[in-house]
Amino acid sequence: MATTVLKPLHLELKARMVEFAGFEMPVMYSDISTEHNAVRTAAGVFDLSHMGRVRFRCPKALALVQRLQTYDAENLELGRVRYAMLLTLEGTVLDDILIYREKDGFLFVINAGNREADLEVIRREAAALGAEVVDDSDRLAMVAVQGPKAADVIKLLGLEAVLALKYYTCMDVESRYGTLTVSRTGYTGEDGFEFIVPAEHARDLFVAAMEAGKDFGVRPCGLGCRDTLRLEAGMPLYGHEMDRNVNPFEAGLDYALRSKAKYIGSEAISRMAASPPVRKTVALFVDGPIIPRQGSEILAGDTVVGVVCSGTRSPTLGRNIATARIDAQVLAAGTPLKVRTRRHEGAATLTQLPFYSRKRSKPVGAERTP
Amino acid sequence: MNFPADLKYTDKDEWARVDAPGSVAWIGITAHAVEQLSDLVFLDLPEVGKDIQQGEVFGEIESVKAVADLYAPVTGEVLERNDALIEDLSILKSDPYGKGWMLKIRMEKVSEQDGLLSPAAYQKSVNDRSAGH
Repeated sequence: MATTVLKPLHLELKARMVEFAGFEMPVMYSDISTEHNAVRTAAGVFDLSHMGRVRFRCPKALALVQRLQTYDAENLELGRVRYAMLLTLEGTVLDDILIYREKDGFLFVINAGNREADLEVIRREAAALGAEVVDDSDRLAMVAVQGPKAADVIKLLGLEAVLALKYYTCMDVESRYGTLTVSRTGYTGEDGFEFIVPAEHARDLFVAAMEAGKDFGVRPCGLGCRDTLRLEAGMPLYGHEMDRNVNPFEAGLDYALRSKAKYIGSEAISRMAASPPVRKTVALFVDGPIIPRQGSEILAGDTVVGVVCSGTRSPTLGRNIATARIDAQVLAAGTPLKVRTRRHEGAATLTQLPFYSRKRSKPVGAERTP
Repeated sequence: MNFPADLKYTDKDEWARVDAPGSVAWIGITAHAVEQLSDLVFLDLPEVGKDIQQGEVFGEIESVKAVADLYAPVTGEVLERNDALIEDLSILKSDPYGKGWMLKIRMEKVSEQDGLLSPAAYQKSVNDRSAGH
């Protein structure tokens, strides 16, 4: 099993380690609800080094990036970060990614479980175009600081410069932790920063962030709360809300289709766009004590009409929440729905994503001097 | 971790406290199980009057992370069910071997308890399972 450079630190912090996407990762250091609440009320520090980081720096980078993904990279301004997808030729989802526009080219942050599959496609297309690709996944690590106190932590780290970042923007900064690529992005529904850091400095950065935040109640946070946080915030997870058997329309993620260029899958996408999807992905509250889980069946009467993509007990709301993929005609008819989890059934109520959104007292990036 | 000396254990993290004549057993799950599960949200136990079989599933316990089956340490009829525990799973964290009992069982086979693990044997089972981590 693969490990990240921070594994020894996780063990020192008494993390419970589990396998995730082929990596040995911390699922929790204390318990999920404690870590979840720390991120909602203070801040949490996460190891995201298992995710892949791929850079495109050669003169043909733009052509390659346009071929690979669904955002219009040509019009992506320097310092912007955007959500995009890699698709199969059939127009289903190979991966969902963040694309960064950097001074010298582009950066993709890709899912850990898709690193090999993505790189196979990326290298194949690069070879066809005579372009170069740099897999920086192992040279670089990745640490996130997320929560309402994230900006305070960053100040105490001596990284004030990055407070100028607005939501979904990035910059490089020189620091005692080497050259950092910092973005104001995250997967928790809170304000926060993600740091791409040279692997040899990752430990120092992680420890310093916890030290800086100790008076705020900052905690190391595992993948357990990362999942409850992202689901409350309505953010999709590859392998749940979408995969190679799901297209972006069915996943409700067609807002990521922003490129007019010819990319892998674009012809299939044009065909799909002509007719409404037969399945839709929706948000549900589910009654009863049982947590709906991926694979739980959605019932209309006795008929199975869909399946749960993700489900959890929302620590913030104290009730069961889920995303589910359901027959579009059933949804249009407004038929009452139930969720069957093992032998238990609970009534389901449709709602809108996100289940949780933070109160924004001031716009993110407002720390910037006018 | 605390595994009281007066209890018998299974390698699936249940305990049984058997009375002196060997006729009645209180059963529950160990502090190790509670710690492993974390973030408990739901406990499903059989009704009073139901029969449970040693080694077979008698209920389930759910955490935010996962669902776990509960395996009966002894065979017999459910005499009492701890409904207060079902209402407040935090008791499992504070007092897994006392107020955290799940069922009181009228034992069918007195000899069954001889097949259960001593505290030392259970501790070894826990250690062996975590050795791979």
